[in-house]
Amino acid sequence: MPERSKSERPMIEIAHVTRSYGAFKALDDASLTIREGEFFSLLGPSGCGKTTLLRMIAGFDNPTSGSIAVDGQEMLGIPANRRPTNMVFQSYAIFPHLNVEQNVGYGLKRLRLDATEEKRRVEEALAQVSLTGLGKRGATELSGGQRQRVALARALVMRPKVLLLDEPLSALDKKLREQMQVELRRLQQAVGITFILVTHDQYEALAMSDRIAVMFGGKIAQVASPKEIYQRPVNRQVADFLGGMNFVKAEIVEENGASMTVDTLGFGRVKTDKPAAFVRNGKAATLGIRPERLRVLWDDAKDKHEVAGTVVDRHYFGEITHLIVDIPGLEKPLSVTETNNFGADDIPVGAPIRLAYDPDALVAMAD
Amino acid sequence: MTAAAEGAPALRPAQSRRTSLLQSESAQGFALISPTFLYALVLLVVPILVVIAHSFWTQNYLTIDRTFTLENYRIALTEPIYRDLLMRSLRISLLVSFFTVVLAYPIAFYISFHGGRHKGLWLFLITIPFWTSYLLRVMSWKVILGYNGVLNSGLLGLGIIDEPSTALLYNTSAVVITLTHAWAAFAILPIFVSLEKIDRTLIEAATDLGDGPLRRFMRVTLPLSVPGIVSAILIVMIPTVGDFVTPRLVGGKDGVMIANAIQAQFGKGANWPLGAALSVTTMAIVTMMAAATVLIIRSAARLAR
Repeated sequence: MPERSKSERPMIEIAHVTRSYGAFKALDDASLTIREGEFFSLLGPSGCGKTTLLRMIAGFDNPTSGSIAVDGQEMLGIPANRRPTNMVFQSYAIFPHLNVEQNVGYGLKRLRLDATEEKRRVEEALAQVSLTGLGKRGATELSGGQRQRVALARALVMRPKVLLLDEPLSALDKKLREQMQVELRRLQQAVGITFILVTHDQYEALAMSDRIAVMFGGKIAQVASPKEIYQRPVNRQVADFLGGMNFVKAEIVEENGASMTVDTLGFGRVKTDKPAAFVRNGKAATLGIRPERLRVLWDDAKDKHEVAGTVVDRHYFGEITHLIVDIPGLEKPLSVTETNNFGADDIPVGAPIRLAYDPDALVAMAD
Repeated sequence: MTAAAEGAPALRPAQSRRTSLLQSESAQGFALISPTFLYALVLLVVPILVVIAHSFWTQNYLTIDRTFTLENYRIALTEPIYRDLLMRSLRISLLVSFFTVVLAYPIAFYISFHGGRHKGLWLFLITIPFWTSYLLRVMSWKVILGYNGVLNSGLLGLGIIDEPSTALLYNTSAVVITLTHAWAAFAILPIFVSLEKIDRTLIEAATDLGDGPLRRFMRVTLPLSVPGIVSAILIVMIPTVGDFVTPRLVGGKDGVMIANAIQAQFGKGANWPLGAALSVTTMAIVTMMAAATVLIIRSAARLAR
């Protein structure tokens, strides 16, 4: 994705925010800066605190300690109805007693605009979400996708500084969800408003975001661009959450500033970048390599870096095949993803196999 | 192709099984409601038919003359005494349902929105007055409102009045107060249920769109609880029109309602046909008033948007 020129101005500053319920900490000393005009995702499994954080930004929940500022203004003590944020709820929360137009215009009523201006803004918002002409439709006569668009229009029409989206696509079926991902991304670029998306779907976060914060157990584990998060996860948990990862035990031989040399049983001696958050644990380290970064070597093909083993299992997924390859010396067999255009789906279980890899794809991470 | 061809005949038995299941289900349904249905038929529909039949007959001392006549309805609709009693009954029932709903709404609202884990306890507490008989509750209002009653002694003790007030008991307002108290729980429950059904994220959405507590109540909570308000009004209004115990005990001369007149015709008055005609007239008018109330509230709610 080409990087757009974007303001570096912080829109949301979350500083040391903790939210405790008795002894349980839903959010534990979370700090985060979200820039103006950014499409930012909070990604994590259920119960990781991402929704809690979003609701605190909206004002529906208050931090036990720490501070939240939106556009330089401290939000503590400001009730939800006076914050410059608007929310798209997971259930969409469409008012059942109002039609589409009245739903979208709900927040404008309070602004006491003149009738033509109000109508113009409602029409504009409906056009933005491709619902033109459905204004008189009753709330109960809408499909799931349409309800989602109404919820989006109802928030956008308020021209918030920050739009908060709480798992907005989780109730839609797969096709519609993928279509809405593209549309949401396009919409965000068109309006230029800061979007904060809460999701547990890593592909959704990777496809839509400028940056992602991965959260586990109330803590923010990593904040980075989708590519960085996917390719250079800071620890096993992050790596595991975002798709498959083969973990390889390694022993540190030499450390040299930002890089280090390690010995592995399966992959031999490897020179790799040392991640900033790398935690040293004696001489032991963990390397990871994504299944799609391992490539099957056919017939007599050779590569500078290769490992040899035996296929122990095979899973067919239509466009790709997952091969489980046992490599002598590795404690766990490697998972390999290969596209099916060369016949990976025909490799028999038990066959010997050679795999090529790029040493750069072997990344060191904390346990 | 083969799969479809094989699938088609396989559907047949499934479909017929479903139809027979449906038949047996509706048969089961009828079997389930038949005791209640018979009960209602014998004890509700038949008596109403008997009353309607009587309303077209005449009574000569102890014998019923079964020749068709509309004379009873002429009396029921034109005699000033019955017209006044009917109007008063309707006014009292409207006042009672209004006050009951106005007083019940905040209670239902509190339980639903702030009851927390104790919702069940709150609802249980509301039923406590029903542990004593309706008559006793009416009588206790006599004790409260009477000449030497609790209220008068209290006001005397505080020096607010010099002599006991007779304006408290034996009039229309005593009837309204007593009935409002008696019917409170019946208004709280339907309103509570309709408030419980409101998705709380709707209220959060209203807040998010800029509404403070009052505005979001007026624009979301209240309109969405209209069904509960309507049922509360109907539940209170319809039976109170025909109440005769309360006016008899606390109403005095000014609190007499149509049901007392009807009772008199069936009792001392010994004019069953007139009593029947009064009953049928009251039923018809209550039905119309109930329908009108529903329509008015619904359209008011629609306008409020």
